[in-house]
Amino acid sequence: MQNAVTNVQLNQHGQLRHFLSIDGLNKTLLETLLNTAESFIGMDEQPIKKVPLLRGKTIVNLFFENSTRTRTTFELAAKRLSADILNFNISTSATTKGESLFDTLQNLEAMASDMFIIRHPDSGAAHFIAKSVTPNIAIINAGDGRHAHPTQAMLDMLSIRRHKGDFSKLTVAIVGDILHSRVARSQIQALAMLGVPEIRVIGPKTLLPKNIELLPIKIFHQMEAGLSDADVVIMLRLQKERMQLSLIPSEHEYYQCYGLTKQKLAYAKPDAIVMHPGPINRGVEIESSIADSPQSMILKQVNCSVPMRMAILATVMSSYSEKSKPS
Amino acid sequence: MPQNLTAETSSLLEKVCNDLINHLDENQIKDPVMVGIHSGGVWVGNELLPRLALKDPLGSLDISFYRDDFSQTGLNPKVKPSSLPFTTENRHVILVDDVIMTGRTIRAAMNELFDYGRPATITLVTLININARQLPIQPDIIGKTMVLSPQERVKLSGPNPLSLEIIKKT
Repeated sequence: MQNAVTNVQLNQHGQLRHFLSIDGLNKTLLETLLNTAESFIGMDEQPIKKVPLLRGKTIVNLFFENSTRTRTTFELAAKRLSADILNFNISTSATTKGESLFDTLQNLEAMASDMFIIRHPDSGAAHFIAKSVTPNIAIINAGDGRHAHPTQAMLDMLSIRRHKGDFSKLTVAIVGDILHSRVARSQIQALAMLGVPEIRVIGPKTLLPKNIELLPIKIFHQMEAGLSDADVVIMLRLQKERMQLSLIPSEHEYYQCYGLTKQKLAYAKPDAIVMHPGPINRGVEIESSIADSPQSMILKQVNCSVPMRMAILATVMSSYSEKSKPS
Repeated sequence: MPQNLTAETSSLLEKVCNDLINHLDENQIKDPVMVGIHSGGVWVGNELLPRLALKDPLGSLDISFYRDDFSQTGLNPKVKPSSLPFTTENRHVILVDDVIMTGRTIRAAMNELFDYGRPATITLVTLININARQLPIQPDIIGKTMVLSPQERVKLSGPNPLSLEIIKKT
């Protein structure tokens, strides 16, 4: 699987031609993306919040699943790079997935698009599309099933680097519903690739995926031990819409055990930062006052999302330049 | 063998500085701001700024996002943030680069400058002028004009010390 992803994501020069998952990339590529994103930070304070880099490119936001934040920040990122962007929200409920997906893509390809940004409820959808489309269209994965959400992971890495600096000295704890979280999977891969020495996962056994011990992480079932001396605490949303089985006794009990309260946060380092990919369930996975406290990076994460996504769009489009074409 | 022009660099800076002061006087340009283009232009700007006793700090532009060859060469992976710690609206801007050759970098830099505001004037300063222009852009102040063979390039290394050399492309 990893080799297949690697080959699809990178061109012969090792440049990003699709951005599908963190898996299969390397530290240098991630650091270059973070550095490029830094150059876009502060652009929203300029009188003209735009650069002409992707002028004349057509980008399609193709969302087969609801999203507000991700879709709008991709839209803004594309617009700030001067690309033209089309938004499609397609419900999969009434159609046969494989066939309709393919037909939709062919129609969009015919519109001379340069890039598709795809969110899909099925794991592997972005990867499937990257292999199916014509070679001159770039694919960005904006979340596929439980598999990956690499752009969210990257903007979280940008927030962590801006507030904590050196990854090689950090202890990062990820708390909650890991089982349903594509964000957590991508975060763990990115943290490990960037050299974080201790990545912890905290949650009830029922919300941890099978084979999780294969990942470079330490597993905890108690907040006290798991949060002890952590520099970064990443809370995950309890994904109610994905929970078909009764994996937790009740929301109340979950909050008692795994909700981030002032008391539990005290186990982490005093200057620990709290992150959450949003949308947050106040009083379910996080105490309201923590979400609004100075330690909370939740809104700052949103500030990182447009510059990070601009860096990803620009870097991927860059690999389609004449110089990067196969010789 | 690369031809080293280090010894000449400080006299070129001196000349550029004197010519620039005269130019500002003649054109009655008061209270200008100075902007260098990454990396060489910033190094040269840092040398010129104290000699002109400007009150604003040096601004810097990385023109990577404004280049006209993105479709050909892609993105510079070492792009740095631009920083203009002053408003350019209605101000006189001294734009500094180490070398002008085709003029494309200056076009990109002027496009970027205008995204920060509408300057009153732009004065273009370069240490070295290579007559290989592809666009109708000419510097106001030139340290030295050189003729190079198609294989030759001028390279400024720095910032301490600033040193110019002619290198042959391999």
